[in-house]
Amino acid sequence: MSTAGAPLLEAEGLTLRFGAIPALEEVALSIWPGEVVAIVGESGSGKTTLLRVLSGLVRPERGTVRYHGADGAVRDVHGMAESRRRLLHRTEWGFVHQNPRDGLRMGVSAGGNVGERLMAVGARHYGSIRAEAAAWLRRVEIDPARMDEVPTRFSGGMQQRLQIARTLVTRPRLVFMDEPTGGLDVSVQARLLDMLRGLVADLDLAVLIVTHDIAAARLLAHRMLVMRHGRVVEQGLTDRVLDDPQHPYTQLLVSSVLAA
Amino acid sequence: MTIAAGYNFGYLDEATKRMIRRAILKAVAIPGHQVPFGSREMPLPYGWGTGGIQVTASVIGPDDVLKVIDQGADDTTNAVSIRRFFAKVAGVATTGRTAEATLIQTRHRIPETPLREGQILVYQVPMPEPLFRLEPRVAETQRMHALADYGLMHVKLYEDIARYGHVAISYNYPVMVNRRYLMAPSPIPAFDNPKMDRMPALQLFGAGREKRIYAVPPHTEVRSLDFEDHPFVPIRADAACSLCGSRDTYLDEIVTDDRGGRRFICSDTDWCASRREEGR
Repeated sequence: MSTAGAPLLEAEGLTLRFGAIPALEEVALSIWPGEVVAIVGESGSGKTTLLRVLSGLVRPERGTVRYHGADGAVRDVHGMAESRRRLLHRTEWGFVHQNPRDGLRMGVSAGGNVGERLMAVGARHYGSIRAEAAAWLRRVEIDPARMDEVPTRFSGGMQQRLQIARTLVTRPRLVFMDEPTGGLDVSVQARLLDMLRGLVADLDLAVLIVTHDIAAARLLAHRMLVMRHGRVVEQGLTDRVLDDPQHPYTQLLVSSVLAA
Repeated sequence: MTIAAGYNFGYLDEATKRMIRRAILKAVAIPGHQVPFGSREMPLPYGWGTGGIQVTASVIGPDDVLKVIDQGADDTTNAVSIRRFFAKVAGVATTGRTAEATLIQTRHRIPETPLREGQILVYQVPMPEPLFRLEPRVAETQRMHALADYGLMHVKLYEDIARYGHVAISYNYPVMVNRRYLMAPSPIPAFDNPKMDRMPALQLFGAGREKRIYAVPPHTEVRSLDFEDHPFVPIRADAACSLCGSRDTYLDEIVTDDRGGRRFICSDTDWCASRREEGR
């Protein structure tokens, strides 16, 4: 992790309400290249909304999100043209959904799922697309012999790993993850986290991960933000926040985790 | 020129023709882009060429010579009815000869005789959206066209090659027009796709039920989608026409008995007949 240089993504003053319910209130955050930041909090605290606003999927009422592109230009995520935002989403960004069904094409083979982003950015050589897809399947511990099967025949953990392969194939710089370990049993979670940790280090990814799983956050994240009622109530280095929580809500959250 | 009493020239009223011509002009200006238009009820059912017939009615003039093709043939019910319809409501001359026609309405074929400048080819289109089997949301397909986001179509081709070893689309094979818009060429056989590329004639496409018009102006690049290592191959039955002996035209297979007997003949009846006249 390096905090030197400019942040990759910078947000300030993000505010969004759903009717009377404040989903986000004056949220600010920055993420630097190669850094893993976890957003934790209970259900309904605005974590997922924050992720969707940061990635440009939802427009905030107030506030800005700025992205420092690989070309060196700084752009307002909500001010840029939709075509550029889409291009970002399939090149420099990735989005891993909680439910793999939201991120995968369930009627398309595993190889096709991984190859889609390559083809979307202009790859037109079948052989090399296939080779790249096979390499990525191997990397996420899926047997390449199964690359022509549809994901409906995969287990939940495999589907999630396939989604990660599909997202990382274009070597994004920044990946948004929404509860990537949700809905998986504990041993599968552990393997997934282990794999993610390896990939993040290998590829020097910046990751913004939303989770309610404090243990997952401790394992993966360098820094942590604690959200409640749409506000960031506490933030800091992961170990500091978890070992020495300052805010009463964080203290409650940390003490609610069963010691394993 | 005699027009049946009570009909405006070309069946449609002038205001409708103007509306359709505007859509056509826009379509020609943006090759391959689908332009919505106010499709009218026509005196034939949807699926029989309501879109094509409206486009034809809007561009036809008293001096035009009309040819109508149905699956390559000039003598099937649909072709005969539409030809007779325009003879009645526009009083125009009709022909079966591709070379003599100035306006050709076609269902599912491009004539084997190369078309020339000044001719217009009108296609009947059942489904103008090339992405509709892949992306069910119309709003989303329109966004994909707007952003030229066509990776999904290549995923379909990828899946075919992974599954069957080749692209298993034998008709309505998707094309890129002018390197910008993905277009459904209407259900012509993939064999005919190369004929669309830089064709000297104007190509107009009408989809009546779906209310869309699109066009390929003369001499416009039309490329069938493919992969570098799996290039597009036009498919054709490996046989000779049993009437004219042609080995380079698109053939229809005709089952002649219930013991596996079959013969192949040219799908383009006009081309086949002219060849036989020349040959003998």
